[in-house]
Amino acid sequence: MSFKRNILELRKRKKEAQQGGGEKAIEKQVAMGKKTARERIKAILDENSFHEYDLFVEHTGRDFDMEKKVLHGDGVIIGTGTMYGQPVAIYAQDFTVFGGSLGLMHARKITKIMDHALKMRVPLIGINDSGGARIQEGVNSLAGYGEIFYRNTNASGVIPQISVILGPCAGGAVYSPALTDFVFVVENISKMFITGPSVIKSVLGEEISMEELGGAMVHSEITGNAHFFAKSEDECFEQIKKLITFIPWNNAQKALRFPVAEPLAAANIEEIVPIDPHLPYDIRDVIRAVTDKSDFFEIMEYFARNIVIGFGRIDGNTVGFVANQPMYLAGVLDCDSSDKAARFIRYCDAFNIPIVTLEDMPGYLPGVDQEHAGVIRHGAKLLYAYSEATVPRVTVIIRKAYGGGYIAMNSRHLGADFVFAWPTAEIAVMGPEGAANIIFKKEIEESENPEEMRKQKIQEYKDKFANPFVAASKGYIDEVIEPLETRARLIHSLEVSASKVDTRPIRKHGIPPF
Amino acid sequence: MEENVKEYRPFLVDQVPYLTLTTKKFENRKKWQQSNPKEICSIIPGSVIEVFVKPDQQVKAGAVLLILDSMKMHTKIEMPYDGVIKEVNLAKGDRIPKNAIMITIK
Repeated sequence: MSFKRNILELRKRKKEAQQGGGEKAIEKQVAMGKKTARERIKAILDENSFHEYDLFVEHTGRDFDMEKKVLHGDGVIIGTGTMYGQPVAIYAQDFTVFGGSLGLMHARKITKIMDHALKMRVPLIGINDSGGARIQEGVNSLAGYGEIFYRNTNASGVIPQISVILGPCAGGAVYSPALTDFVFVVENISKMFITGPSVIKSVLGEEISMEELGGAMVHSEITGNAHFFAKSEDECFEQIKKLITFIPWNNAQKALRFPVAEPLAAANIEEIVPIDPHLPYDIRDVIRAVTDKSDFFEIMEYFARNIVIGFGRIDGNTVGFVANQPMYLAGVLDCDSSDKAARFIRYCDAFNIPIVTLEDMPGYLPGVDQEHAGVIRHGAKLLYAYSEATVPRVTVIIRKAYGGGYIAMNSRHLGADFVFAWPTAEIAVMGPEGAANIIFKKEIEESENPEEMRKQKIQEYKDKFANPFVAASKGYIDEVIEPLETRARLIHSLEVSASKVDTRPIRKHGIPPF
Repeated sequence: MEENVKEYRPFLVDQVPYLTLTTKKFENRKKWQQSNPKEICSIIPGSVIEVFVKPDQQVKAGAVLLILDSMKMHTKIEMPYDGVIKEVNLAKGDRIPKNAIMITIK
């Protein structure tokens, strides 16, 4: 007696199923500059670590001649494997099988691996490459999407959820990535939209290409739906592998600690920032001057560039950075930048990542478009996110901290644990020019030489208020520090906050302004 | 710094100019315009099912001017106030885009 026959039969079946849509479909996939679903999984996970499940699942479509079709694995591959030796769950839609369309069993496979990921508290990576709902399966296909969204929501804030868009992801399908933590897109490959160019043309008469409507750069720069933009699939996989080093495996853990390393650029910190508050610089250079190895992993680099978010390490530990960017739009707060920062703060808070805020902003962006777009509601998200966050929170005010923006950028008043200011910090209700024009309006108007008087009064206001000492005298700032001390102060304040316990009232959940 | 200093331009916040770069989205933002009460514009694209008024016609507030088929729904467009029609820029069967001036009032 021997297993040989059975084993050979099993191998034959597996080989057949693993072909996906077959040679021709794979050729087509490759011609589009895309890798196959299996290649993608292999590229993301540790070598030989992938274990597949549900390879033999078959679709249940019985209408429109579907019963005659064999769809291997029903167009999706699910399984588990490791990254850096740690377990992860993964699924990849296989476009070569009936366009990766989502039918009932396809969705069941995805929800199976999602349930597994949530139960086992491991990250979930979803690779999207699908033509959308399998129309032949009707409402079963819609049911499938709904069951995925429900699980995305339940897993939110418990396990990291990463979406990789490597093909079309249209209609209802886009809402799964939108519910996850990080969305990766690749130029010329990723296409995301609710209604495609053809529908838009027939209904609205507007003509637009797929790339212009929902391509990778559109979602990176304009909509803010995507977090990471890459020029190739390989670059995208490297980004995923880097991101995963910064985050914990679930919300009960902390991110892995790395060996401590000094920044490469610390000595330059004073040379990066111009003393004149009207002059720009790249805030990312300041971040790099305080992080280990000067490594900063930026998130949403192209969207709302007036605020910078991302991960770095300080003393070996992951820190989430939120920083105004004077290089773009003078670093103002607006709808998009508030939205971008608020979501990131909530991510850090959910996954036990301390937040360091670097502040240099002149206030909110003025404009009818901003007011009508709801800058009140979007701006409130930032206040909400900071106020509810219980992870260690440290703020460094570099130059301008004016008005409502000062409050919003993790001020003491919203519960910051430590607030430091450089001697160049200006903490005031508004900039000296605006303030002097209001406070001394009468004196300026009635003066024989209004321009001279204006200048004099601006200087007076500058001397009195455009500094960190008024706020420090009230204890709103814990300490005015020299720029070169910044890293040491951050290390110490995060060290003493390591066991921070902070609670909020018991409730089902808050009602954030989204 | 990656960017050339020359590309920075003054940007006013609270009357104070800051040298900075702008974003594509900011440059492409829609400038706000006061709406003209004498123009009846489409707020959604669609096709014209029926037009009920002609130029120089006296129309009472609330009267139906036309029916538009948009997003699988027949929508009645009504006269906002008593007045006389100046121009009718569409006819039965026309497809109109969003923000098109459909009818003007004298």
